[in-house]
Amino acid sequence: MDLSAINPLLFVAGFLVAATPLIFAAIGELVVEKSGVLNLGVEGMMITGAICGFATAVETGSPLLGFAAAAVGGAVLSLLFAFLTQVALANQVASGLSLTLFGLGLSALIGQSYVGIKPPRLGDIDFGPLADIPVIGPILFTHDIILYLGIALVAGVWAVLKFTRAGLILRAVGESHDAAHALGYKVKRIRTAAILFGGACAGLGGAYISLIRVPQWTEGMTAGIGWIALALVVFASWKPWRALLGAYLFGGITQLQLNLQGAGVAIPVEYLAMSPYIITIIVLVVLSADKSAAPASLGRTFHASN
Amino acid sequence: MKLSTLMTSAALALGLASGAVAQDKTKVGFVFVGPVGDGGWTYEHNQGRLAVEEEFGDKVETVFVESVAEGPDSERVMTQMALDGADLIFTTSFGYMDPTINVAKKFPDVKFEHATGYKRADNVSTYSARFYEGRAIQGHIAGSMTESNIIGYIGSFPIPEVIRGINSAYIHAKKVNPDVQFKIVWAYTWFDPAKEADAAKVLIEQGADVVLQHTDSTAPQAAAQEAGNVITFGQASDMAQYGPKPRVSSIIDDWAPYYIDRVKAVMDGTWESKDTWDGIGPGMVGIGEISDAVPADVKAEALELKDKIASGDYHPFTGPINKQDGSAWLAEGETADDGTLAGMNFYVEGIEGTIPQ
Repeated sequence: MDLSAINPLLFVAGFLVAATPLIFAAIGELVVEKSGVLNLGVEGMMITGAICGFATAVETGSPLLGFAAAAVGGAVLSLLFAFLTQVALANQVASGLSLTLFGLGLSALIGQSYVGIKPPRLGDIDFGPLADIPVIGPILFTHDIILYLGIALVAGVWAVLKFTRAGLILRAVGESHDAAHALGYKVKRIRTAAILFGGACAGLGGAYISLIRVPQWTEGMTAGIGWIALALVVFASWKPWRALLGAYLFGGITQLQLNLQGAGVAIPVEYLAMSPYIITIIVLVVLSADKSAAPASLGRTFHASN
Repeated sequence: MKLSTLMTSAALALGLASGAVAQDKTKVGFVFVGPVGDGGWTYEHNQGRLAVEEEFGDKVETVFVESVAEGPDSERVMTQMALDGADLIFTTSFGYMDPTINVAKKFPDVKFEHATGYKRADNVSTYSARFYEGRAIQGHIAGSMTESNIIGYIGSFPIPEVIRGINSAYIHAKKVNPDVQFKIVWAYTWFDPAKEADAAKVLIEQGADVVLQHTDSTAPQAAAQEAGNVITFGQASDMAQYGPKPRVSSIIDDWAPYYIDRVKAVMDGTWESKDTWDGIGPGMVGIGEISDAVPADVKAEALELKDKIASGDYHPFTGPINKQDGSAWLAEGETADDGTLAGMNFYVEGIEGTIPQ
């Protein structure tokens, strides 16, 4: 065992990167579910964002344009879900699942000519002297702008949900769509907007994997991260900061267990491998002991005649 | 009355005709563990499938299902294939072993071929390639080229096939570089690009300047490229797009001749259950071009090693070799038997860490 092989600075910086795709996907889905819609298509929107972002970044040479395209790609795909569930009043679970399957297939099709290509690199933000602060500098001030955007997004969603009228309306639609409708709010429009936001966030998360975390395009490369984001939203009891905490826990412990394996720590590898899932669930379940419940209209179809 | 009779007979005739056509064709199913575009393991199996189509044209129909989870769900996929009339089904991952045996029992007339496993039945063959022969060459290059003397190894699951590869690579790295140390990380997945890239990054952060992988995607190659001065080897497929560096060589699985051979056997009615385990010599394992990033003398030695393995003059597991605990395994000049290799569950002397059970 040689713990000195683990560089704590690189470790922390590494897990911030590993957690970012999860943060984007989870915060987007959190807003969608707060509006009373259950979109199980996160994985499909992520992988679509991953290839849209990758292809655009490669063609234009600009990673930032890539991220913009990823957000658009994810949102466009989610529009399909919005049409199915809000206009055609289809079952949300089935529509979400089919969105995932569709996204996986569509991305594989778009991505055929992008296998093995190296994407342009998105540079880290230059914080000047801040990056030279011992310990804190290398951990906090050596990242790309998208990583900070993820954290800002969590803060933004939290503030909007908690302090603004728009947040109140969104929550009202999610808690009781009939009451919100009776008050004159356009339930379907609000939900569609939330779904689009969720799609754009998932797309950004996917592009973060294909442009920064790996960086390459491979079919099916999100490999279940969308599903983990979905679980995270539930275990975080629909609270933005808890979702962030959960993502950091999951990303951190995943990274830690790989580090410990590399350092040859005498903990059986099986336990290390399962630890991210177990510890994240335990911590978030303990936190959610305050009985925060799911949005009351979650997953229910709304029709004005009901 | 007349009209309906006519319709019925027409429908019957059509049904018979299509039935006759269907019987003409040999239907071959493939169950894949990852997507066909993974650029590695599943990609090469799919190349084998395409080669079967090319070879037999109209006489064969192939179907495949990709990204099938190992375990019970694969049983459902195989059952569906058998019900849909497949004559021969290739199940291409170790974790499909028990499901293949279970489904084969239910469909005695359907032939099954399971890759990398060790359980056979009257209608179940097994086949695998001696990847450890290629690992010996990788170990030689890795041991010669490492400057930090730390070689990172991304394992998938602790199964004999993977452990053989680790041992073979270690033995040959150690031979040329006595100070070499292996850092092994188990990813517990065959295909998860993000996780594979994370594992590669962690190994590189911990000082590895060579990363060997036994997972299926090209993500570790991308991570190594990003990190800079690190070399890697293509796994299962050439992964040439990452050459000349980080990817300096590769193990290429060539399943096409075997698949064509077995489909032909089913067509001729000569198929029988057997175990096939071929290496560099018969061509099931290919060594991808060694790039210019490798010094000329190391390249020459590696190619010589390849020739000696191909001709059978040299076995990668030739004694004296001790097990990790120091007990003797192979005496001077003794070579490992296939039975021990097939069930290998121990590290050789010098590798640190324990194998997860």
